Amino acid sequence: MYLSATRSAQAGRAKAPPGAAAKVSGTVVALGVVSLLTDMSAEMVTAVLPMYLMYGLGLGYLQLGMLDGLYTGATALLRLGGGYAADRLGRPKLVAGAGYGLSALTKLGFPLAGASMAGIGVMVGIDRLGKGVRTAPRDALIAASTPPSALGRAFGVHRTLDTAGALLGPLLAFALLSTVAGGYDVVFVGSFCLAVAGVLALVFFVRAPAVPNRDRRASLRRALRAVTAPAIRRIWLLTGILGLATVGDMFLYLAVQQRLGLPPAALPLLPLASALTFMLAATPAGRLADRAGRWRVFVGGHVLLAGGYLLLAGGVRGWGFAVLVLLLHGLFYACADGVLMAHAGSLLAPEIRSTGMAVVQTTQALARSAGAVGFGVLAQTATLGAAFGVAAAVLSAAVAVGVLVQRRGGAA
Amino acid sequence: MTRRRIIAGACAIALVLAVGAVYVVWRGASAGTAAAGPPLDLTAAGSVVYVSGDGLTRQTGSDATGPACQRTYAAAGTLSCLYGLGPAFSAELVVYDVRLAERLRLPIWGTPSRTRVSPSGNLVAWTVFREGDSYLAHGRFSTTAGIYNLRTGEHHGSLEDYTSFVDGVRVTAEDVNYWGITFAADDVTFYATMSTGGRTWLMRGDMAARTLTAMRENVECPSLSPDGTHIAYKRRTGERWRLHVLDLASGTDVALAETGHVDDQPAWLPGGEIGYAKPHEGRPAVFSVPADGSGEPRMLFAGSSPAAIGTA
Repeated sequence: MYLSATRSAQAGRAKAPPGAAAKVSGTVVALGVVSLLTDMSAEMVTAVLPMYLMYGLGLGYLQLGMLDGLYTGATALLRLGGGYAADRLGRPKLVAGAGYGLSALTKLGFPLAGASMAGIGVMVGIDRLGKGVRTAPRDALIAASTPPSALGRAFGVHRTLDTAGALLGPLLAFALLSTVAGGYDVVFVGSFCLAVAGVLALVFFVRAPAVPNRDRRASLRRALRAVTAPAIRRIWLLTGILGLATVGDMFLYLAVQQRLGLPPAALPLLPLASALTFMLAATPAGRLADRAGRWRVFVGGHVLLAGGYLLLAGGVRGWGFAVLVLLLHGLFYACADGVLMAHAGSLLAPEIRSTGMAVVQTTQALARSAGAVGFGVLAQTATLGAAFGVAAAVLSAAVAVGVLVQRRGGAA
Repeated sequence: MTRRRIIAGACAIALVLAVGAVYVVWRGASAGTAAAGPPLDLTAAGSVVYVSGDGLTRQTGSDATGPACQRTYAAAGTLSCLYGLGPAFSAELVVYDVRLAERLRLPIWGTPSRTRVSPSGNLVAWTVFREGDSYLAHGRFSTTAGIYNLRTGEHHGSLEDYTSFVDGVRVTAEDVNYWGITFAADDVTFYATMSTGGRTWLMRGDMAARTLTAMRENVECPSLSPDGTHIAYKRRTGERWRLHVLDLASGTDVALAETGHVDDQPAWLPGGEIGYAKPHEGRPAVFSVPADGSGEPRMLFAGSSPAAIGTA
């Protein structure tokens, strides 16, 4: 397994063009393109779904509110299933492909569901199911086709392409809608074609690692033992603690707008600034992590975020500080997202890699949701500024725990 | 990875993307040919202006077409058009005069919900949904409703700047939302919906005093009759809304014959009928039902946002 991973990475290296993507295997770039196409496809639908329900179908806002948030948390748990299935079968590419395929099919399901709210709810559900199932096996594929020393960069390149897709999707959707007035079907068909192209890119261009012998594959007991081994347990426990100490993104954007005195119309643009920073910084952050230590960069990202919280707690105002906070927020994602997977990927044995990654991702997602809820309660009792002061203190404490425990555990 | 595999993959992807591109071009071309039509006639009394399935405003009794809108309304030779996807992914309110020349273009941040023109043609109102305005991230929305006076240029950006009273007590809650404005003939009085703490009220507004006073609880999206004596609205029972008409003089409230769930601001149509949109076979369609509670609903045409041209 190790051997085949190294070999495919070398094959990719021989073919890769000189420049930024050098040293990143063809399979990783291909997975990045798969994610770019899939995210474009998904974000196209997300961007127009409220308008489609209201103006395309004539459904009201009441139903829209019920639909949204129906599946929150479900994705996190499905990830565990997807990760374990990939290890159990020894076929991460197959499981990831099934997830991508399911999501692609739902893009045509939306127009077929018509004005049936239940039908649309099912489509959203299946789409999330596909997303949940594919994430961990895909990250395991990235790890399997990259030498351990270059994992940070590989995940960085993947996340750059992934975020580019998420940024391009809404632009394409709105461009299509403004060319063909009321053309929601055009958006769904376009989204479907991009999703199918993503699946094809996976099938044709992503090299699957050799399937291990049946007796070497993960069993439930072996997987449990592996993810509770001290080094792995430490990752997801500390990731969970740090996740609990983060504030939901929506609160951060809201605070940037209100506390720093921006017009309300700026609010929809703020996530774009974070995403753009994330996209541009993901690859350099990954390279830095390869050299300086992945856990160190991961925790460092949280320090940057705590700095952003402090700015929001202080009395500063104006566009300059808003840009600074969003920059810190985007850098946090660049340091925390792919880098964490690179860190986990370097410590997990290939046989249980998908499961292990799923466990880490799930803990992080659940902890962040819990953190957002907790902050929401806090923000209702205190002012937004004071709440961010508390959040900065809590996050700093969590960072201290992350540094100390990891140091005592012996890893840098 | 073999060379043949790469070529096969590239061809398959190119084919899929080409199919998508052809579909987009074909739909774009067919939408373009359907768009041609004479301009709307805002003086054609008795006709109904509405937003059709292709996103354009159209008019009953002719094949006229107007600007692309999500919500429209017309009165006294003034057409208001509220549409999303402005340059900054926000909404815009565009108001046209009787020659369909642009009179006002107002950028509004949010997703179009309602628009109305006063019987005089002087005032235009809008309601938009705003996401992310509320502390609760997804699935919760707030609304903003405002008024613009075309005659004086006065801009009432949000009814939240007004002072509201419920049972004589001033409303100080933070979670107040307003939506669904309808105008009286005097250019001062209007009606709207206010919500706070999960309760909704029908409010009577005064533009001169900048106040709103609660009249009735649990009803939304009012629509004042052309003679100013009745208000049609939707009344909430649990998670459903039903259309009712209130007699302002007697205070009696009659349920209309439409028993289904309706989420629209109703509009008064000729012949004592109430028009409204609801989904029909996967698309919004305009229905009408008698305003006195008799008869039964009937479907008029596919589309939404009906507005009857008066005899003024």
